[in-house]
Amino acid sequence: MNLFPTFDWHHVFVQPWTRDFGLFGWIMLMGFLVSLACGLVGKFLILRRMSLVGDAISHSVLPGLVIAFLIARTRSSGAMFVGALAAALLTTWLIDWIHRRARIKQDAAIGVVFSSLFALGVVLISLFADRVDLDQDCVLNGELALVPLMAPVKLAGWTLGPPAVVRMAVVALITVAMVVCFYKELLVTSFDGILASSLGIPSIWVHHGLMLWLSIVVVSAFEAVGAILVIAMLILPGATASLLAQRLPTRLGLNVVHSLLSSVIGLHLGVWWDCSIGAAMVVAGAGLFCLAWVFNPTNGLLWRWRRNVLEEPAPEPEVGS
Amino acid sequence: MMANPLESLADEQVPLEVHDLTVAYQKRPVLWGIDVKVPPGQLVGILGPNGAGKSTLIKAAMGLLPVSGGWVKVFGRPVKEQLKRIGYVPQRESVDWDFPVSVMDVVLMGRYGRLGLFRRPGAADRDIARACLEKVKMLPFADRQIANLSGGQQQRVFLARALAQESDVYFMDEPFAGVDAATESAIIELLHELRNRGKTILVVHHDLPTARNYFDMLLLLNMRVVAFGKTEEVFTYDLLQKTYGGRLTILSEVAEAVRQKS
Repeated sequence: MNLFPTFDWHHVFVQPWTRDFGLFGWIMLMGFLVSLACGLVGKFLILRRMSLVGDAISHSVLPGLVIAFLIARTRSSGAMFVGALAAALLTTWLIDWIHRRARIKQDAAIGVVFSSLFALGVVLISLFADRVDLDQDCVLNGELALVPLMAPVKLAGWTLGPPAVVRMAVVALITVAMVVCFYKELLVTSFDGILASSLGIPSIWVHHGLMLWLSIVVVSAFEAVGAILVIAMLILPGATASLLAQRLPTRLGLNVVHSLLSSVIGLHLGVWWDCSIGAAMVVAGAGLFCLAWVFNPTNGLLWRWRRNVLEEPAPEPEVGS
Repeated sequence: MMANPLESLADEQVPLEVHDLTVAYQKRPVLWGIDVKVPPGQLVGILGPNGAGKSTLIKAAMGLLPVSGGWVKVFGRPVKEQLKRIGYVPQRESVDWDFPVSVMDVVLMGRYGRLGLFRRPGAADRDIARACLEKVKMLPFADRQIANLSGGQQQRVFLARALAQESDVYFMDEPFAGVDAATESAIIELLHELRNRGKTILVVHHDLPTARNYFDMLLLLNMRVVAFGKTEEVFTYDLLQKTYGGRLTILSEVAEAVRQKS
């Protein structure tokens, strides 16, 4: 029995760009857009030591989806989007509120909120199992492969593409525009919130704005890649970039490179292994992270090992007696 | 007490006036009825035991904390309207020094308050930032990642950033904490120079023996204002004992400091 599917160069590397490009092109683009938007927002979460908030939001959208489904009685993207967004905003608000009112540390508040909301979602699904036609698997893992199958959006006679891709493209474009326009506000509030306030830059509103935008990005993304993979895409590009560069603008550029590489490599891996393409993209992203860790020239494992092996260890400085 | 030189000043000439300021955390008061009127061109040390509300006072004076009562005016107008005239040096430990920015990036942040929304620091701002780095002798480090700085160098960067704000009133939170002797004397020299140019500087300080030599005026604080006035009038055993209460180690330090004086 073969542990891995046999590798067919033509099937894995050529066909996605030729015969099947109409299908895989959209999948690659969607993967890149999701990873781009998530990665940029995630970078600022990492800088603010709030990586867990993305984790929280992507889990706690579940009850929002169930309730939206029970009210609207449809699985249309519109209703689902509103339900998920409401749940996401409720999550960030609850975290802030519990953190401040109950005087519990923020990470603990995050843990309380998202596990409770996720459990509430599971309970709701079980309670109304006969009426809720929601696939928990799909919520957690999403399905990138279904994206190109949706009827394309038409605008003024132009056929734009599948609705999920069009929506994600808008979200990703606005994300890039906001990072460019509000770069200095994001930078100074992340580095030194009190200084920012003393300069008249309202750090609390930058925080709320970031949380709102994070909610929108996560909710737009998770339809394609699911709750779990959204977390990976929030954190992996930023974490990889921080191994490779010392300044924020360079890191943001590397974020984009990471998103691009992981979606292209991930697609080929997914075709080869015949598995969930979203998951394959995250595996590719994780692979890039490991490469950066081992090979980065300033602090990489390889260079440290080389230095240790090739150079005589410097004698310990004598401690004066 | 001395004849009050503030009597002759118009409101808009008073750099800082704090009136009946009360601040509470979780309904527990940390500052009670603070009344202070600081004359221009003074280097003021804020002294008091741990938990006396020193940092809280300067944050509240800059309008960064919700206050339960009272008000703060800077040059005769509410502090919120005067943020451009205020410079701030936070405690060094309050930020993450692994943050991916260079020394230059940090100093340029001092210019952000003068740039509108969507505007980036320009060539003029960079020139000012370079001049400020030169003043604290950190210009050769401009492109250095901030994680690779010593404690004293970090403090100089913060000071350069405050200088880049080009303010008239400065609030500094323990700028001498954990710095080397060379940095300490460089900072005090710089503060005196600023004072001589007519700036008003309030410095949270915790070292009693040096306080007497460094500052023109002292604000002794322990939830309330114990005393505020010229250093030679306020730096007395009685007032310091009143400020620090029965804390024995501090009291022996006080005794030592006062003995040096006489």
